[in-house]
Amino acid sequence: MAIRTKDLIDLEFLSAAEIQEILNTAKPMKEVMGRDIKTVPALRGKTVATLFYENSTRTRLSFELAAKYLSAGTCNISASVSSVKKGESLQDTGRTLEAMGTDIIVIRHNMSGAPKLLGEGVKARVINAGDGTHAHPTQALLDMFTIEERKGHIEGLTVTILGDILHSRVARSNIWGLTKLGAHVRLCGPPTLMPKEVEKMGAEVFYDIDEALNGADVVNVLRIQLERQEKGMFPTIEEYAKNYAMTEERLKRAKKDVLVQHPGPMNRSIEIPTAVADSAQCSVEEQVTNGVACRMALLYLMCGGETLV
Amino acid sequence: MSFLVKAKGIQTEIMTKDDIKRALIRMAHEILEKNQGSEDLALIGIRTRGIFIAKRLAAIIQQVEGTTVAVGTLDITLYRDDIAAKGGIPIVGGSDVPFDLNGKKVVLCDDVLYTGRTIRAALDALFDLGRPAFIRLAVLVDRGHRELPIRADYVGKNIPTSYREAVVVHLREADGEDTVVLEQYKD
Repeated sequence: MAIRTKDLIDLEFLSAAEIQEILNTAKPMKEVMGRDIKTVPALRGKTVATLFYENSTRTRLSFELAAKYLSAGTCNISASVSSVKKGESLQDTGRTLEAMGTDIIVIRHNMSGAPKLLGEGVKARVINAGDGTHAHPTQALLDMFTIEERKGHIEGLTVTILGDILHSRVARSNIWGLTKLGAHVRLCGPPTLMPKEVEKMGAEVFYDIDEALNGADVVNVLRIQLERQEKGMFPTIEEYAKNYAMTEERLKRAKKDVLVQHPGPMNRSIEIPTAVADSAQCSVEEQVTNGVACRMALLYLMCGGETLV
Repeated sequence: MSFLVKAKGIQTEIMTKDDIKRALIRMAHEILEKNQGSEDLALIGIRTRGIFIAKRLAAIIQQVEGTTVAVGTLDITLYRDDIAAKGGIPIVGGSDVPFDLNGKKVVLCDDVLYTGRTIRAALDALFDLGRPAFIRLAVLVDRGHRELPIRADYVGKNIPTSYREAVVVHLREADGEDTVVLEQYKD
């Protein structure tokens, strides 16, 4: 089965079966990554372009390596050093990439909706690598893959997402994906950082961290995005850390074998103290490895076969 | 491997349960004879039914020689030459070769040998996992129509076929019964 839609904008638009197919395919991809010879010829002759309008090291590198491990050609375009500086529109940039023979465009943009707009303007398949505060589907896929690997299943688990839900595209994509695969999702953070009517996505909202952690199987600790905190949504960093940091003490509320996730990069002095960040319960490094495997799976499923739309 | 349209035409059984059993016993003996024993031998089955052929050959060798032969699984999906072709994308099952391939005497196992393209892909996949001493090929059925210069070293049964026929191998591990059927495509 391939991915039905031309573009991957968010998990919202994938079926549970499609999400599961990506996770299942990521498993043999991880095996490939563990070999001495880490490349397979599956996408020989295909070209993947990463078009990043926002700073990123791990996501860009992860996509680039995923493409390389599948033998696809790769090229990277940073908005800061490209024609974007000269005022070229997003769709024109996309069409230029396409005219040079790009099969897949991976885009990160600070504006929500940019990947959709790009996808509408090009025939190449577009993958959203994070757009504004909207979605980050591949991060959610790798979080879910890591959960499945550690816990054996996703259905029936209680996953608490902690932190700045309002600005978090990671949280939104995780809510779509996890609820589709049958997990119970709890959201917890300061009221000023909780989006209105988020319950409609199928998640439960908590403002008390101890309640939110009670009996949780997984805690996904979001990064406090200092770059998106201009309006004073909470008084001080210290106060946020006092009320919402994922401390060892608070973690005792969760199940004994709780899995702690973090999308990185970690603020050890704010949301995730070192004692928890470096514990065996925390899967930060595995998530990075699994991110490459999940992106290999996605590229494979989107490069081969045809779209039905 | 092509995406066969399930034919509802004439079906003829060309190997029975006992035929399959006898063929595998003979092939196991041929493998042991040619290798002069089971030392350094490794049987690698190509997903899906090649795995069961490899396991059964290993079980027979175990009975005959009293030695345990290394058995592995090879998934060739990522090495196929037709991934981008029409008809949907094949599922990646994953390889599992839990031993060092370097210097091993590998016998690649599959159910049907047809165009040879699967075997070409399998050879590429194997070389990415290590450097065997040599690779030989064992198949339950050779139906001809090769498109590449590949031949089998151990063959259960040679079956001359036409392009309008399909050879369908059923093995009890996957299909509940042991039988090989020749199906005629309908117009």
